[in-house]
Parts: sequence; C-alpha cells; structure tokens
Amino acid sequence: MTLASMARKYEARKAPEGERQATSAMIASLAAEGYDTVAAPFGNALVDAARKDERIVGLTADLGKYTDLHIFQQAMPDRFYQMGMAEQVLMSAAAGLAREGFIPFATTYAVFASRRAYDFIAMAIAEENLPVKIVCALPGLTTGYGPSHQATEDLAIFRGLPNMTLIDPCDADDILGMVPQMIAHDGPVYSRLLRGKVPSVIKKHKPDYRFQLGKAQMIREGKDVLVISTGLMTMRALDAAVNLAEDKVDVAVLHCPTIKPLDLETIAAEAAKGGRLVVTAENHTLMGGLGEAVAAGLLSRGIAPRFRMIGLPDAFLEAGALPTLHEMYGISVGKVVEQIKGWL
Amino acid sequence: MTMAGRAVARSNVSLELRAWSIRRKALLMGQVQGQGYIGQALGIADVLAAAYFHALDYRPEDPEWEGRDRFLLSIGHYAIALYAVLMEAGILPEDELETYGMDDSRMPMSGMASYTPGMEITGGSLGHGLGIAVGMAMGLKRKANPAFVYNLMSDGELGEGSTWEAAMSGAHHKLDNLICLVDFNDQQADGKSTEMLCAEPLTEKWEAFGWHAQRVNGNDLAAVVDVFDKARAVKEAKPRVIIFDTTMCKGVPFLESREITHFVRVEADEWDKALAVLEEGRPA
Repeated sequence: MTLASMARKYEARKAPEGERQATSAMIASLAAEGYDTVAAPFGNALVDAARKDERIVGLTADLGKYTDLHIFQQAMPDRFYQMGMAEQVLMSAAAGLAREGFIPFATTYAVFASRRAYDFIAMAIAEENLPVKIVCALPGLTTGYGPSHQATEDLAIFRGLPNMTLIDPCDADDILGMVPQMIAHDGPVYSRLLRGKVPSVIKKHKPDYRFQLGKAQMIREGKDVLVISTGLMTMRALDAAVNLAEDKVDVAVLHCPTIKPLDLETIAAEAAKGGRLVVTAENHTLMGGLGEAVAAGLLSRGIAPRFRMIGLPDAFLEAGALPTLHEMYGISVGKVVEQIKGWL
Repeated sequence: MTMAGRAVARSNVSLELRAWSIRRKALLMGQVQGQGYIGQALGIADVLAAAYFHALDYRPEDPEWEGRDRFLLSIGHYAIALYAVLMEAGILPEDELETYGMDDSRMPMSGMASYTPGMEITGGSLGHGLGIAVGMAMGLKRKANPAFVYNLMSDGELGEGSTWEAAMSGAHHKLDNLICLVDFNDQQADGKSTEMLCAEPLTEKWEAFGWHAQRVNGNDLAAVVDVFDKARAVKEAKPRVIIFDTTMCKGVPFLESREITHFVRVEADEWDKALAVLEEGRPA
C-alpha cells in the first residue's frame, strides 16, 4: 500500500531544461554579490578568546570541520574533545566540564542539538544554568538536504527552555562579536552558526555596527516599513531595502540577533513610531519564532501596528538547491521585496 | 583507604551499623510522606554505606571541597536513600529529616543539584548521570585533580542509549578516574528489568565497551567493600563499573517477601512495624 503522503515518489521526472541548480555543497554562498567574506569567523574568534581564557574547551560530535571548530582543534589540540557521533554525551560531558569550572563550547548541527540532545541540554545544562555554549551550524533553511538537516524549529524549541540565551547571527561580524560576549555571559547559550566563508554584510550598511548581546539595533532607517529581522534574514532585509528604495519605498531594518532575551524595549519603541508597516523576517518556521515573539510583545504593550510575518511555513521542507528553495519558501531577496510590496 | 580524610577514619562505627542507620532514616522519611522509593533505598543501603564510609573522600562541613570524590545520583528517585546517607555522613542535618518531600524542603522527592548540599547533579531524567560523569572526569584530569567520579545508576537506565554513548566515551577517553555503580535490583516501573529490555550479559557488555567490570552481591558488605577497593586500584587506563545485585526492601523481611514492584506500597500502619522489625536486627 502506498501512503498518500508518499505517492509522489512514483512520478517519473526529467532533467530540467536550461540552467540547472544543483543541491551539491551543503553550505551555499548565502549572501548576495558584493559583500566581502571572512573565513571561519567562529573558529578564529574562539581561538582568540581561548588564548586569553584557560577555562575554554571545545567539544564536537564528529562535526568539527563543519562547525569551524577544527580551527580551534588545530590551534589547541589539548583543549579539544572529539566526542564522536554521540550528541547526548556531547551535551552531558559539556555539562560535566562546566561543573568542574570550564567553559565548554559544544558544536554540532542545529537539528541534532535541538532534536536529539534536547533533554540533555534541558536537564544537564539549562536547569542547572551551567555556562555551556552550544554553537550549531545549518540553521533554518541553509541546506538543501531536506528535513533531516534543516533546523526549521530550533529557536521555537529552545525559546521555551528557561535560562537559555539564544542568538541567531546575521554575518561574520555578528559571529566575531558574539563569541567573547557568550563567554562573558554566565549561563548557557545556544547560537546558530554560519560557517566557512561567511559574508560581512551589516557593516557595509552601517560601518560602526557592533554586536551587542541582548540588544536589537537599527541598521537602516526608513519611514514606510519597519522590518524586524534576525539571522540570515537581516541580510535579505537589507538587500530588499536597497531594492525597494529604487521604487521609493523607504524601509527601516531593525536587527535582532538575540532571540532570547528579546530586546522588546527597542522593538516596541520602533514599532510605536506610527504609520509604518511592521514586518518580521526570520529563517525559521513561523511557529514560535521571532515573529510570534514580537507580536506577543507588542500586543502586551498595547501596540498594534499593521503587522506581517516572513518566515518558513509550518511544513517539512523540500530537498533541492538552496536558491530554488529560498524562492519557493519566500526568503530570497526577490520574494521579500515582492511580499512587502504586496502588503503596502 | 588512602587518605586520612576518609570519613571512616573519623569513626569507629561499623559499616553494618551505618547501613542499618541509612535504612532506618529512609524508613523514617518514607513514614513522613506515607510513601517513597523505600524498596530501592533499603536495597542500596549497603552500597551507600561502603561508598560514604569506606570509599569516598569528602569533607562533611564543605560539600563542595575541590578535592572531594564526586558522587552523582543519576537515579533521581533514589534521593530518599542519598538523603539518608548524607545525613549519616553529616552533610545534611539530621533534624531536617521530617521535612522530606514537604514544601520548601531541601530534600525533594526527586534529587536536584540546586536543592541539596551533597547532591552533585539533577537526576531523574534517566540516562543522564554517566554522561555528566564523563565530562566531570575529563575536567578533573584537565585540572590534575586526583579525585574519582562515582555515578550511581539503576539497571533500568541501561536501556537508555545515552548510557552507552557515555560508556563508549569513558573508555575512549581512558577515564580511569570514573567508577560507575549499577544497582541491579531487576525492577523498573513496568516490571522486571530483564523482562522489559534485557541488558544481559551485563558484565561482558561493559567489558566489551572497554571497562573494567565487576559484579557482586550488593547486600554483602564485605564483598561490596572489596569491589570498591579493587575498582580504585585498577592499574589500566580504563573506566570501572561495579554491578551490584541487590534485593529490594533488604532488611525488612515482610516487605522483602511482598510482591515486589518499582514503587513498593507500604500501608500507614506498616511503617512502625517496618521500623520495629529493623530495630530487632540492629547490629552492634
């Protein structure tokens, strides 16, 4: 018996005509052209920090190369633990090291931390408020490998976990800036990660930008639309704003790399400046992410602007090439422009 | 025994009497609540007596002393047993016994690190302790701290995959400062553990995972002391496990002979009877 949900697998396919988009590399070049890139910002920032702080150790579950932790491993092999393909003991052992006074950075993919190791993060790390820093690659829709690798609900999962601080960095500068602040924060942190050659985006729009844990920052002012965005979607929002300016649509972008605690003070102050369409944008399911958090925060403060959300649907996403998928699910620059225009 | 700090050196109380006192305190706490995991507490009392009054090094007045041997209670519901031994060891004040499980008590029904002096971790979500113990053992080695990490777990926890991730990890990282204690009372929530998800042959399993493994009657104090000594003295760079076959409700024959379940039901009028029976068997 063929399940209805699986019937499609019996439909024959042909190779597409014209330009082909391959899934190929797990890590696609995410930014638009014209941005500089920084190689392995997380690994390099961690090495810099670890040179100053002997408490820092690094652990991974067979994904050192895919989370840029190999940079740390090469620089400080005696402070690196390869835990093998075992995410539960990765998190438990990180908790144990933290109990003994160390600051462990534990890396894997976001799907494995949030789904497979959740109970261990919840009980061994968060419940005891231990300073374990969990840094996870492949956030949201940043791989075409399908739901096994697409962490579309990680922020929703961890938002419900007390004591956790959540970061969704936009670019290399956020990552370079967040590492020392994660260390300075005395508690558990979950951060999404972009790895490899990571674009430097925000500074091109706002040269004096510096990541500040817990703070939302205006990157660009605008009088027609306020986009409140996080992570990768701040890149999209900034590029979309440049495009929309050509059509005389003036778009402000408020970047919220810290998802929890969310800087609702700044968000509310900006949203209360009347007349603007407020749009949230996140590389995450619309269930339980930035959009819902902003909506709840604004309504509780009696602020009710025209409000729309951009993000991933409540669905297991398809496999394929990232540019195709970003178009399909509405998080490409073009789709962000199109959606905002449609709402104006 | 290698260090003057060991609690047994400070006392001429026999291990038999320690175990008896642990059982008595556990029964008194059970009576306070009218319920409790008393079957497990009575079963593990001999192991805890040997641990706290023979094997472990600690300072009762300073439960977080850096040089202490770490004792992790992975099985949160055994808290009643650990509170009993922590009181016996002078880490918890005995006059708080009647607060067991009450509002604002430092002794909640399931063990949590933030509530109780001497409680190293929050247990209860089973299969967590050994992984945390792996990390603590790594941390102690980084600090060149010679202390041991003991993790007490149940046979039911052998069903959790995380236990075996941690077991592989302990061997891979050559954690010779890690000693895992498995209470094998062959009982879990739905019945006999060997009938739920059988972990046998257990000694061979741990050995195949790269551990030094011993199995002994956990209610034979002399044998328990001996395996603790052997576990600490192993020369090879590998972690150690001791499997203790224990009898639920040990020391109170009318409960021992009751149809044993994970949660032993004791009627209101039976607590005094159980304490009286125990009193008759008080060692010298």
